[in-house]
Amino acid sequence: MAAASKGPVARALAARWAKPLVFALGLAPLGWMVWLGVSGGLGAEPVAEAVRQSGLWALRLLLVALAVTPLRILTGQAGLARFRRMIGLFAFFYALLHVSVYVGVDQFFDWAAVWKDVVKRPYITVGMGAFVILTALAATSTNGMVRRLGGRRWKALHKAVFVAGAAGCVHYVMLVKGWQYPPFVYAAILLGLIALRYAKSPAAGRLSPSYRT
Amino acid sequence: MLIKVRSASQASENEVTPRGLFLSRRSIIAGGAAALALGGTGVAPGPALAAPFQAPLTISPKDPKLDAQTPMKSATSYNNFYEFGTDKTDPSENAGTLRTRPWEIAVDGEAGKPTTFGIEDLLSFPLEERVYRLRCVEGWSMVIPWVGFPLAELLKRVDPTGNAKYVAFQTLADRSQMPGLKYPVLQWPYVEGLRMDEAMHPLTILAVGMYGETLPNQNGAPVRLVVPWKYGFKSIKSIVRITLTQDQPPTSWNRSQPREYGFYSNVNPEVDHPRWSQATERRVGEFSRRKTLPFNGYGEEVASLYAGMDLRKNY
Repeated sequence: MAAASKGPVARALAARWAKPLVFALGLAPLGWMVWLGVSGGLGAEPVAEAVRQSGLWALRLLLVALAVTPLRILTGQAGLARFRRMIGLFAFFYALLHVSVYVGVDQFFDWAAVWKDVVKRPYITVGMGAFVILTALAATSTNGMVRRLGGRRWKALHKAVFVAGAAGCVHYVMLVKGWQYPPFVYAAILLGLIALRYAKSPAAGRLSPSYRT
Repeated sequence: MLIKVRSASQASENEVTPRGLFLSRRSIIAGGAAALALGGTGVAPGPALAAPFQAPLTISPKDPKLDAQTPMKSATSYNNFYEFGTDKTDPSENAGTLRTRPWEIAVDGEAGKPTTFGIEDLLSFPLEERVYRLRCVEGWSMVIPWVGFPLAELLKRVDPTGNAKYVAFQTLADRSQMPGLKYPVLQWPYVEGLRMDEAMHPLTILAVGMYGETLPNQNGAPVRLVVPWKYGFKSIKSIVRITLTQDQPPTSWNRSQPREYGFYSNVNPEVDHPRWSQATERRVGEFSRRKTLPFNGYGEEVASLYAGMDLRKNY
């Protein structure tokens, strides 16, 4: 691992520009959606498309955030860890956008209708559950909150990210019509990422306790 | 079947009216309606429509401000036609592979004179324009000027027997033309059905065009059903077979999710789809939602078809 941490990849991961770059990449989907919105690229039903795109990006970035640790273990690039929080916060950002467009634009702040949806439509109940979890995790993502909660309790709380990921996938599976495969691709990736954490390869076996705690 | 007698009499009324008088009467209506509803919108036949069609607006929304026509670009780029993919833009991107000539519809089953109609035969029916609201089960809607003719006209030609209680429809299912068939989104071919009186109702049409032009492939070329008081998925596209049956035929979405999609699937704001509310809809191109109307606003014309039926059960 020592050899890897001195390689060009490790140096790039540690570089001062690395975080701003990841930040810019995290904003890219928003930029793309704004561009589509301005150019008419969101199509005939821009509201529905904005809801769809923001939801997809929330789920994608959540999976990317969950891939950071397995990737760190597999590659031995310890420097990857410093991007995990930012990516997770971007996942929350797109989930917030997703919920905001649904509540504020699609339903035009008709809170009664939204509440009815949440309690009556299982796919919205599940999706809202994922959003509540992500909100709690985002709110406790600062260094100060880690200190206040204590490392052990903080880690226990943040394990809920897997519940949020699963709920996000279930939400997607439930909302499509007929038998469509894309939601299952996301679910399979999530399961793969969870399985990786319990993989018993010699290297992973040695390293996994450090991130399972 | 009281209902059936009624619809048969409706149909024959059209038959006994001298054609010239019938048309002139309608063009008078059209003159007023066109000035009111269409403004300067051209309703001239598109160059590719084989037969000329009269422009009378037999049925047009009563309030043109409330029911402004959806831009053609939206109606031809935001489609559910899963044989070409499940994204809304997939059909407009992929349906170029659909071959609409030659095309035949076999009409068989409980018919005295089973007949196979070529597309030229279909285009030789007197075509007219119908401006209808289209309400999708997903909660969006459009207003589309279709070009077509009443399905009843076609069915009368095959001489339905007394056993014909239902009409079954089938979409083309050809993998070489329809890339979406690779995926088991639904059981292919797509099938739909109507009760005989629904099929014979004057609002029910077979459309061969829209916006004064030949029907684009993504909208169900060369010939599709349009039943304006039912959710859009009932209006089956690219029809190759119509069968008169004694028993209620299977329908694709009902087969896929019986709890969510019933045989009737009349637009009904009171009966929610289990996964989404049907109380409101967004007109494509508009910002805010509007209330959904029972029978999609065609209750005056069709509610009597369902008199005495529990529409919560028969969703």
